[in-house]
Amino acid sequence: MTYLAKPKLHHPSLPRNALGYTRRDYEGPVSTLCAGCGHDSISAAIIQVFFELAIPPHRVAKLSGIGCSSKTPTYFLGQSHGFNTVHGRMPSVLTGANLANRDLVYLGISGDGDSASIGLGQFAHLMRRGVNMTYIVENNGVYGLTKGQFSATADRGSKSKAGYSNEDEPIDLVMLALTLGATFIARGFSGDKAQLVPLIKAAVQHKGAAIIDVVSPCVAFNNHPGSTKSYDYVRAHNETVNFLDYMPERPAIVDEGAPGSVTTVTLHDGGAIRVRRVAADYDPRRKVAVMSYLEAAREAGEVATGLLFLDESVADLHDAQNTVERPLNALADADLVPGSAALARLNAALR
Amino acid sequence: MRPIERVNDFVVKFANVNGSGSASANGLFARAVLRMGVPVAARNIFPSNIQGMPTWYEVRIVEAGWRGRRGGVDLAVAMNPETWNGDVAELEPGGYLLYDSTRALTAGRMREDIVLLGVPLTGMCAEMYSDPRQRQLFKNIMYVGALAALLHIEPEVIEKLLAEQYAGERKAPLLDANRAAFRRGHDYVKAELPAIGLRMERRDRVGSRIFVDGNSAAALGAVYGGATVCAWYPITPSTSVAEAFKRYCQKLRVDPATGKNRFAIVQAEDELASIGMVVGAGWNGARAFTATSGPGISLMQEFIGLAYFAEIPAVLIDVQRGSPSTGMPTKTQQADVQSAAYASHGDTKHVLLFPEDPTEAFAMGAQAFDLADRLQTPVFLMLDLDIGMQDWLTEPFAWDDARELDRGKVMTAEELEAGRDFGRYLDVDGDGVPYRTYPGTHAKRGAYFTRGTSKDRYARYTEEGPAYVDNMQRLLRKFETAKELVPAPAIEKAAQPAKAGVLWYGSTGAPMAEALAALERRGIHLDRCRVRAFPFTDAVADFVAAHDRVFVVEQNRDAQLRGMLVNELGIAPEKLVAVLHYDGTPLTSRFVEREIAEKAALFNVVPMKKVAN
Repeated sequence: MTYLAKPKLHHPSLPRNALGYTRRDYEGPVSTLCAGCGHDSISAAIIQVFFELAIPPHRVAKLSGIGCSSKTPTYFLGQSHGFNTVHGRMPSVLTGANLANRDLVYLGISGDGDSASIGLGQFAHLMRRGVNMTYIVENNGVYGLTKGQFSATADRGSKSKAGYSNEDEPIDLVMLALTLGATFIARGFSGDKAQLVPLIKAAVQHKGAAIIDVVSPCVAFNNHPGSTKSYDYVRAHNETVNFLDYMPERPAIVDEGAPGSVTTVTLHDGGAIRVRRVAADYDPRRKVAVMSYLEAAREAGEVATGLLFLDESVADLHDAQNTVERPLNALADADLVPGSAALARLNAALR
Repeated sequence: MRPIERVNDFVVKFANVNGSGSASANGLFARAVLRMGVPVAARNIFPSNIQGMPTWYEVRIVEAGWRGRRGGVDLAVAMNPETWNGDVAELEPGGYLLYDSTRALTAGRMREDIVLLGVPLTGMCAEMYSDPRQRQLFKNIMYVGALAALLHIEPEVIEKLLAEQYAGERKAPLLDANRAAFRRGHDYVKAELPAIGLRMERRDRVGSRIFVDGNSAAALGAVYGGATVCAWYPITPSTSVAEAFKRYCQKLRVDPATGKNRFAIVQAEDELASIGMVVGAGWNGARAFTATSGPGISLMQEFIGLAYFAEIPAVLIDVQRGSPSTGMPTKTQQADVQSAAYASHGDTKHVLLFPEDPTEAFAMGAQAFDLADRLQTPVFLMLDLDIGMQDWLTEPFAWDDARELDRGKVMTAEELEAGRDFGRYLDVDGDGVPYRTYPGTHAKRGAYFTRGTSKDRYARYTEEGPAYVDNMQRLLRKFETAKELVPAPAIEKAAQPAKAGVLWYGSTGAPMAEALAALERRGIHLDRCRVRAFPFTDAVADFVAAHDRVFVVEQNRDAQLRGMLVNELGIAPEKLVAVLHYDGTPLTSRFVEREIAEKAALFNVVPMKKVAN
């Protein structure tokens, strides 16, 4: 495999964002994933999100584990530092990176094997620590690079391409994140970019642990009849609970539309999201109601998508650590080294 | 029976029950000896338990300043009925047994060749205190009073130590109660017991030295080394490293203006997450470390390899212990040397530092962060339980205020803007160490994708064989560069020209000076090499080359460092004679002396007639 650079020349009329960047500045080299892979749609959505939010690409740190999904950070945000870490252990690396520099935007890209199988422990602790980041699980229920084994999110009874049936109970990362204290929880579908882009935008602006479980069909190993993560299956069973509009600045007046159908939520950065409810009884800020809704949808064989849970009231890891505003990696010697006089006092106390 | 008679040179061993509050009383005793101007070598011997199990504290009072255990006990303070028989049996002939005489001893179970010193501690405590917890706690201070009287420790010294410990109005009642218990024990001995042959006399042999454990010292070294991120998981005997780091940071690293922390400490869910966080923070330009022990190092293997290949600075403080499981983990060993040196998959080699005591644990603890940044690689600070958890009389910590933290080769936004060529894995200077950028440095230049392998000099993805080999060869050059940066060995000539040498590292040094002095008296002269780091510098190779035989003393079964010397320096194995101690107890000078003397005779290091002398 080689490194495929895209041509640097582009048409002068390409639209530019508030920073003067074109969409091309947010792209990476050409993807080497299979044609039609859901993951590439997610990469495209991420490119659109950061372009439209006008976040400087170099201020984003993108981290991943191992697997098809974890390869994708190469294919977007080419001007960002990226880190392809250890299988199932990206959450700890991201946590450490976040502690070192609180000023960057952190994007964790993982898959269902990476997060729900080998990495379930780190996934759980990442959520409960409230690390300020967006964590995207590109969930296809299958191991691609090793060619078609079930992962821990594969539904019971779903069939592998080789014809085997999965008899294990699936892990629902959304429900898990809910019980672990994640403060922004969403589910999307790689085939529905219109829904996915505002979800990622809102997650990026959320201060705290934001997770989006994106069902992303594997065209090579999990897109056949009998799979519950195929394009056809998800399209047929998608239960959209709401749509988001993300507004980067606090709007002066919000047109609420029909009463009860739109909720405006102000985020920490002053921006806001408008949640247009589709399911009439759905309120993403009531955890108990969310749990019962999700369980009911699961029983009915539906895949609930949208912004499923949001809590803007909880502090993030840096608040809990009470760290200084200046990034820890930018502290000077004088901030860090107490010097010989302090050491003399410590010595004196040890005699 | 002749009772032992010694001044400022004897071993006192306390036998206690875990959780009975004896630790602070025993520490008080050791500090009192130091305040009398006489050095001590003190060691806790404890089980893997919180409360109720036997525990011992051994204080070697040693005017000559030897740092190791001697072996044997001259005075036992037998406060644990459960271990009574063993404690009595361990006494040297002519030794002394201080015991609680509240109840009469059963006849027929006592040695004839020791001196019995009965003090009715329980009875006196029952008279003085009504609260059961107080009765227990003050019994400890009371035996310190009895010891002070027996050994001629000036009572004012202990009263002053108590006053320092219980300073302030709030603690005044505690001070009075402790003083009363101390005096009661002291006065009882003065009135009721005869003088004994063990005695202290005031000297001035402690100087400016401090009394501190190596884990605290390493943690303080991390503070001075500029560490800002600590991620760890509790494991004996390393836990107190992270706890001390927190204590020192709260004292030294809180911004006075805002009250905010210039540090972050995460107790992770396991060792994998600990090292992952360290790697993430190191990748992002913060100085980060973890503290662990052998089993933790095992769990961290995959990440250590990633950090090696991705060239990410990380510091691992490995406080070695007996492994695995529980039990031996409260005992000391040097048995992680090879698993640390070659940790992980693929071809890897790591920098190890071997401090010999808390003073070096501090110095190398700080230096480890400079080395990690300069070499962009994991660096192991190899402590062990003996250095880490025991209080040592050691030279005071020192810091040069002119010293700057060495961040290594980090390309700045200005350099990138000026168009300087940036290849993350490009060997610009020929030393194998490339430049790195911190994430977020420059809008258009300097970003790269970090992977383990499969990359070229510009961090572009490739699976080409030559690119892999090119990178691996550069990593070897980098390891060569490390030889020039790590602490050099401490080499010392014997008093007489010697054909043989002895080599050791870490806490093994504690009994070595004493053992070598004893060997010299037997006519065995050995040149000394204390290895302080891996990779081995040329001076280590030269030392081995210059001698016919070299004894390699270490605390593990498989002669791990010896094996590394053979492999890394291409030394003929028969040249290196292993001297191994690995039962979990700290090495004694008697053991080293005996082992080397026997092997020296075997290998003709000295003429047979000399040994016979």
